[in-house]
Amino acid sequence: MTAINVHGSSLNHHILSVLVQNRPGVLARVASLFARRGYNIYSLAVAPAEEEGMSRITICVDVDSSPLEQIVKQLFKLIDVVKISELDPRRSVERELLLVTVRATAESRHQVVELCGIFEGKVLAVAPDAVTLSLEGHPDKLDDFEELLAAYGIVELQRTGRVALPKLDRSARLRAVNSPNMKGQVG
Amino acid sequence: MTRMTGAQALIKALEMERVDVMFGLPGGCILPAYDPLLESSIRHVLVRHEQGAGHMAEGYAHVTGKPGVAMVTSGPAATNLVTPLMDAYMDSIPMVGITGQVGTAAIGTDAFQECDTVGITRSCTKHNDLVMSAEDIPMAIRQAFHIATTGRPGPTLVDLPKDVLQNQMTWHWPSDDEVIASLPGYRPTTKGHPRMIKEAARLIMAAERPVLYVGGGMLKARAAEALRELVELTGIHVVTTLMARGVFPDSHPLNLGMPGMHGTATATTAMQKSDLLINLGARFDDRITGKVSAFAPEAKIIHVDIDPAEQGKVRRPDVPIVGDCRLVTEELIKAIRDLKEGGTVQPDLTAWKSRISGWQEQFPLTYEQSEPGSALKPQYCLEKLRDAAPEGTIVASGVGQHQMWSSLHWKFEQPYTWVNSGGLGTMGFSIPAAIGAKVGRPDRTVWAVDGDGCFQMTAQELVTATVERIPIKVALLNNSYLGMVRQWQEMFYDERYSEVYLSTDCPDYVKWAEAMGCVAIRVESPEEVEPAIEKANSINDRTVVVEFRTDSDEKVFPMVPAGMGNDDLIVHPSQQSIRDRLA
Ligand SMILES: Cc1ncc(C[n+]2csc(CCOP(=O)(O)OP(=O)(O)O)c2C)c(N)n1
Repeated sequence: MTAINVHGSSLNHHILSVLVQNRPGVLARVASLFARRGYNIYSLAVAPAEEEGMSRITICVDVDSSPLEQIVKQLFKLIDVVKISELDPRRSVERELLLVTVRATAESRHQVVELCGIFEGKVLAVAPDAVTLSLEGHPDKLDDFEELLAAYGIVELQRTGRVALPKLDRSARLRAVNSPNMKGQVG
Repeated sequence: MTRMTGAQALIKALEMERVDVMFGLPGGCILPAYDPLLESSIRHVLVRHEQGAGHMAEGYAHVTGKPGVAMVTSGPAATNLVTPLMDAYMDSIPMVGITGQVGTAAIGTDAFQECDTVGITRSCTKHNDLVMSAEDIPMAIRQAFHIATTGRPGPTLVDLPKDVLQNQMTWHWPSDDEVIASLPGYRPTTKGHPRMIKEAARLIMAAERPVLYVGGGMLKARAAEALRELVELTGIHVVTTLMARGVFPDSHPLNLGMPGMHGTATATTAMQKSDLLINLGARFDDRITGKVSAFAPEAKIIHVDIDPAEQGKVRRPDVPIVGDCRLVTEELIKAIRDLKEGGTVQPDLTAWKSRISGWQEQFPLTYEQSEPGSALKPQYCLEKLRDAAPEGTIVASGVGQHQMWSSLHWKFEQPYTWVNSGGLGTMGFSIPAAIGAKVGRPDRTVWAVDGDGCFQMTAQELVTATVERIPIKVALLNNSYLGMVRQWQEMFYDERYSEVYLSTDCPDYVKWAEAMGCVAIRVESPEEVEPAIEKANSINDRTVVVEFRTDSDEKVFPMVPAGMGNDDLIVHPSQQSIRDRLA
């Protein structure tokens, strides 16, 4: 078995992008379905979707805990679930945000800030003995960052869980780059 | 613009859904709904316990195909409804639960009789809804009925806060289009995929040892006619699961009866040896398959089910067909006819058929008749009951040995004459379910077959039967034990009986039944059996309870021990010496 860290890196996870009617209790329905059927979730992110009255739940599931097909079919039985897209990590863009407060004394601060710079993160706040940083990027990148910071002493850390969209195919990507309003947004 | 209260809208909405009867018991939060009920055409059956209301709604739904409705108050009443909701969910019974809830302002404050009904029932309903505004009541009711009765049927629940029932609203009855538009995530597939149907037909026309594995979905889809046509067209044997008893006549020579843990030796073995299982509306339940890895190892699988999640959940089908069982069966018939017309011929099934009839001859259902003076054999009582029952008699059973004997020894000739708790195995189901069935089919004789353990769980509903004038008949097979559990302790725990003895004399069932307004008869010896049944059958204006004192040692055979494969089936001890001929 492939080793997986707690955030579901490696290719054993699958991402489900679930479009739901934004009704009271919809998140509880999804969560209790996973609990009841013994499916494991690595992360879950919810936010209103582009369509009025709809939300998108991005769930990173452990496909070793149960066949993806069953998970999708059972999810689809929930009346509030309107659409499910399976995002294979190889064919999707994934992003996550990490906030972290790291111990940083006057001596070590510049090392921490340098590291942050290398990862293209941001320094959000500085105190005499700690700094708060943010990093957005592919979840694997966040894993690496987290690992390197551990040496300095992590005071608090919060990750959002991944969100994802399907990769555009080559022709679609070209169209996107050529369209003026999309410029600079592809990458 | 008609103005009315939410409660009036609720009752009107139920009338619009053509509800003619509901089962319930009022209380604080649902009180407003009980007032307009006084002017309504809907009959309300006042139960003695809310669990009874739920099972009555189920029994009603089982025999009529219409959704059963149970209405109860908040808190403890809602939690009392949980068992029937789960039962209906497991057995795909269309049912609508209506619960009162504390006022919207009090929600979340641990108010008197508040409970998180929607949270508690989330995993035992197909869908549920807490209605926060009186204006939304008609739509919530329409959605609840639509969801309960379409696709794979199941229970739904509408939770109604007291102020929502009291508030004024403007009546609007949503159109079908509005209902469908309001549920963009709910579009059940009913028509099977034509290519899959063709492929299934091809497999059926090539199979040498085919078996039609027919489940409760065929009853839900009202597909008995189509099934008969398919059987006649192909000459393929049928097994009917516990949930499907009655969908195909037991008198038909191709019906092998119930398969599985307590199935007939022939039905279970035919599935095991088959090269093609045509699963119509069944779900490879563990009580059918035994150890899944050892189940029907050589069989290809066609699986027809309206619920896509059933496809591949337990056994991966070679041909999955998502759709309504009746529509798909009809299409399948056409596809097979086309193949036949095109010159395809079915392999000769003679060898397979004679193998099957060999098993049938050597391994019939059997039991030893009781010695004179000793306790009654439950199977004997059931056979006598069956032989004296008028055509179309409905049997509702509890859970335990008596349930298996009923399913095995009764001869079901018509669909919707067998009402039972299959998936959840709810003790106490039979009496309230029988009452609900009798309400749905007052023209029929309804027998509740019950065990003494089950009887003690819901017997108080016989008061409901008496007071509401719903005359059912109860055959109480009193073996003084929690018989099914005793059987397991005898066979698998070295006869170490732990907490399974109830009592021989306490309660006095005759006195108890009489106290509830029933006619009661106790039967202790074989010669009393027929006269007692005759008397019970002659009384049609009151509920009759016949207590049969039965042999506590009697066991259900055949049996596949839990966790074993179906090849490890244990036959009746008298057939043990020829056991290896079951091959
Ligand atoms: C509510 C509930 N509790 C416990 C069980 C476990 N159980 C299954 S069968 C059975 C015994 C039933 O006894 P009885 O009603 O006397 O019927 P018998 O088996 O003797 O025919 C029990 C306890 C159950 N199915 N349902």
